Amino acid sequence: MAPLLEVKNLKVTFDTMAGIVKAVDGVSYHIDEEEVVGLVGESGCGKSVSQMATIQLIPTPPGHITGGEVIFEGKDLLKYRADSDQMRSVRGGKISMIFQEPMTSLNPVFSVGDQITETLSLHLKLNRQAAKQRAIELLEQVGIPDAAIRIDNYPHQFSGGMRQRVMIAMALSCHPKLVIADEPTTALDVTTQAQVLEIMMDMVKRYHSSLVIVTHNLGIVARHAQRIYVMYAGRIVEAGTSDDVFNNPRHPYTIALLKSVPRLDEPRGRQLVPILGLPPNLIDMPPICAFKPRCPLADKCKKETDPELRPVDDNHFVRCHIDAKGEPSGILSR
Amino acid sequence: MASFIIRRCIQAIIVIFLVTVISFLLLHMIPGDPVIRILGMHASEAQVAQLRHEMGLDLPIYAQYGNWIWNVFHGDLGQSYIYHEDITTLIRERFPITFYLTFLSLTISTIIGIIAGVISAVKRATFIDSFITLFANVGIAVPTFWLGILGIYIFGLQLGWLPVEGWTSPFDDFWQSTRQVIMPVAALAVPNIAIVARQTRSSMLESIHQDYIRTAVSKGLAQRIVFYKHALRNALIPVVTLVGITLIFLIGGEVLTETVFNIPGIGRLLVRAALDNDYLIVQSIVLIIGVIVCFTNLFVDILYGWIDPRIRYR
Amino acid sequence: MAETSVTSELQGMPQPRVSESRRIFKVMFSRWVVIIGAIIILLLIITAMFAPLLTPYEPNKVNLEDSLQQPSSQHLLGTDKVGRDVLTRIIYGSRIAIIVGVVAVTASGAIGMFLGLLAGYFGGWVETIIMRITDALMSLPPLVLMLAIAVMLGGGVPTVLIALIVALMPTYCRLMCGQVLSAKENDYIMASNVIGAGNLRIMFRHLVPNVFPPLLVLITLDLGFAILTEASLSFLGIGISPPTATWGSMVSDGQRYLLTHPILSLSPGLAIVLIVLAFNLVGDGLRDALDPRLRGRI
Repeated sequence: MAPLLEVKNLKVTFDTMAGIVKAVDGVSYHIDEEEVVGLVGESGCGKSVSQMATIQLIPTPPGHITGGEVIFEGKDLLKYRADSDQMRSVRGGKISMIFQEPMTSLNPVFSVGDQITETLSLHLKLNRQAAKQRAIELLEQVGIPDAAIRIDNYPHQFSGGMRQRVMIAMALSCHPKLVIADEPTTALDVTTQAQVLEIMMDMVKRYHSSLVIVTHNLGIVARHAQRIYVMYAGRIVEAGTSDDVFNNPRHPYTIALLKSVPRLDEPRGRQLVPILGLPPNLIDMPPICAFKPRCPLADKCKKETDPELRPVDDNHFVRCHIDAKGEPSGILSR
Repeated sequence: MASFIIRRCIQAIIVIFLVTVISFLLLHMIPGDPVIRILGMHASEAQVAQLRHEMGLDLPIYAQYGNWIWNVFHGDLGQSYIYHEDITTLIRERFPITFYLTFLSLTISTIIGIIAGVISAVKRATFIDSFITLFANVGIAVPTFWLGILGIYIFGLQLGWLPVEGWTSPFDDFWQSTRQVIMPVAALAVPNIAIVARQTRSSMLESIHQDYIRTAVSKGLAQRIVFYKHALRNALIPVVTLVGITLIFLIGGEVLTETVFNIPGIGRLLVRAALDNDYLIVQSIVLIIGVIVCFTNLFVDILYGWIDPRIRYR
Repeated sequence: MAETSVTSELQGMPQPRVSESRRIFKVMFSRWVVIIGAIIILLLIITAMFAPLLTPYEPNKVNLEDSLQQPSSQHLLGTDKVGRDVLTRIIYGSRIAIIVGVVAVTASGAIGMFLGLLAGYFGGWVETIIMRITDALMSLPPLVLMLAIAVMLGGGVPTVLIALIVALMPTYCRLMCGQVLSAKENDYIMASNVIGAGNLRIMFRHLVPNVFPPLLVLITLDLGFAILTEASLSFLGIGISPPTATWGSMVSDGQRYLLTHPILSLSPGLAIVLIVLAFNLVGDGLRDALDPRLRGRI
């Protein structure tokens, strides 16, 4: 079955005073119908940028989408102009996004209801009455009490977790095929995080949408995602099922990531091991493996070239020269 | 919201009180004797003593202040010692004229300024933005009095389109009144348009860069709606406060335009009184202007609180 | 385990550390309007300093035979009603402009910042009183306030300076008080307190770099404003008395001869426009360069 969304070789750059930053450098992935995919990586690896680029949300100076295709429902979205009717009907209607900061992502001068009905009128062509009804319904579905009253409240009258629920309701209001959640819980406190995640999963299942969760927090995607992509320095370095990536990680970066995160099922007293060094400067990257400067296996790697993504298993791909194998807790075994 | 209003009102009362104190103190901070200033060096002891008693200057200072404020509250601003006229009458005759000109300038410049600022922000980095920004930059640098004189030279003397000075009430002869009023209002309004346009532009630009604009775009809304509904609504809120500030500069400019165009308003009265050392008139006008500005600011602040839902619904 | 220490050669080139002020300079002067503004200001300073060298005429010497001459090769901008060379008077007028501007802004800045510091640091009724007084002062149009003060104290340069200082001071007071208040609320102040550093010392270390950018912008813009307002005051005939050449009084004197000798009124005004424009452009450029949100963007 054809994938819902297929991204091929996406490239995005940014002009800065220090030079041109290659934020996304040839990223390819696909999303199938009704699946949950995780996109994992540290800050600055290009995961948010790649997602925003698929619906052309990047400010075009200083950003530029310099290559690739985004095939959705048979058409390449990148061929449309950013403010064209076709692109706008996709945004919000077929592909919607949930952002990280609920505090600032909602317009403070319009009521929550207004902001939801706005999308409903636009994409589903509902009249005012019907739209308001539907909005109340949506607020109830995301678990906001007294929805009929709170629909006229303003964003500042909600707590952070509530605001994010409103964002979720807004994102799913028009039955989109794909929802992109960019660090949806990062700005929330830990107890709220779990709640909001559950609601998000619930809504996505209810509306039969696919979901991409962009995050640096492995814990979130471990539980909910079926497949995982790991990104580093603007590229995908490992791709596979959740099971594969967690239990059988093959890229030294993924392995190191797992090793730096504490787990309940480990023997106590295991030391957390940080990844040494700093994220790379994405300007003027040399044509070698991007992870090499920080790679614990660097001395074993004889090649000086940039590795390609190659399959190591069924549906499991890795961008590495060495055949590394890791255990779930990230202990390298060779 | 209610507590916000009450707090602002209390603040305003304190400030108005201080304004009265300041206007009063200005008169009493003169080095040397005001009586001798008025009467001249050769006045006799008796004359000096009599005038001093008449002016109430032999009382302790707080008594003088008390008397003055008490009179002011009863509508009595005192007598001008130079013109021997009732100050209240003098001011009352001239006030509507100044109000008319100032109000006209304020309205016109605010509307044009906002429109210019919004267009400039939406069409950022295009020719029209550069043009508006250039105009705004020059506009603030231009002295109002010079602009008036330039206008008189071009439109009055060279082209003969407009009268070079004078005032006619719009109720007497609307057409002539309008012809006379165009240049003074324009001279006043131009720097103000510049200020409003710049502030609106920067407010709009700031609004456009907020996260909620990104959300609006991600919902598939048209650019037009994103700018003129989502961004503009937020951008206009701080511009409201601007009206209070521009009023202050407009009044200052009004003093100049009335002088340049020979218009019998409060501004010209103020200047004449200042040149004639008529302290009481100066003090009264300063008081009136200060109080008006305070009230306007109070009104503007409350309006601001009402417009911004974050303050209105706490 | 293969935790090799990272070899720095493979790290890639480290980011060059350009000093902050050099970068700000670069950004500021990348825009040609700012360069023009700066050049004009430089010209102003040079003109004021070397005035006697630039013109053979005396600015105040009355010369009735030469009165009201049209512009010629002898007098590039003509002469006024008592025969004084207009261009010379404009050149000498720049001295007044600079002196008044610099002294007034510096003094009001110093006084205002000091009061603001007091208000912010002590808080309570000290703050209330100081802030309400600045509110009251700011409720009066600067021109009106200055007019009143100038009338009370008589004419002359000191009066104009005092009037300007009173009118300009409140903005600096507000600025400083705001900075102190927000510094007080900052977590790192609390943290420093916990470590034991003294209050005053903390404030200065954190306050100075934070208040410096908006202060600089304000000073630049106020210089233009001070010159403009002084000109308005001398136009009205209040303030600096004749025969000193100030641009404002020149405009006023020339109004009578507008029909036949427009240059008498219009040229000094043009000087005012250019100077104030220059300060505004530089001030704006400074503000944009110092804006943290624009960092890293072209």
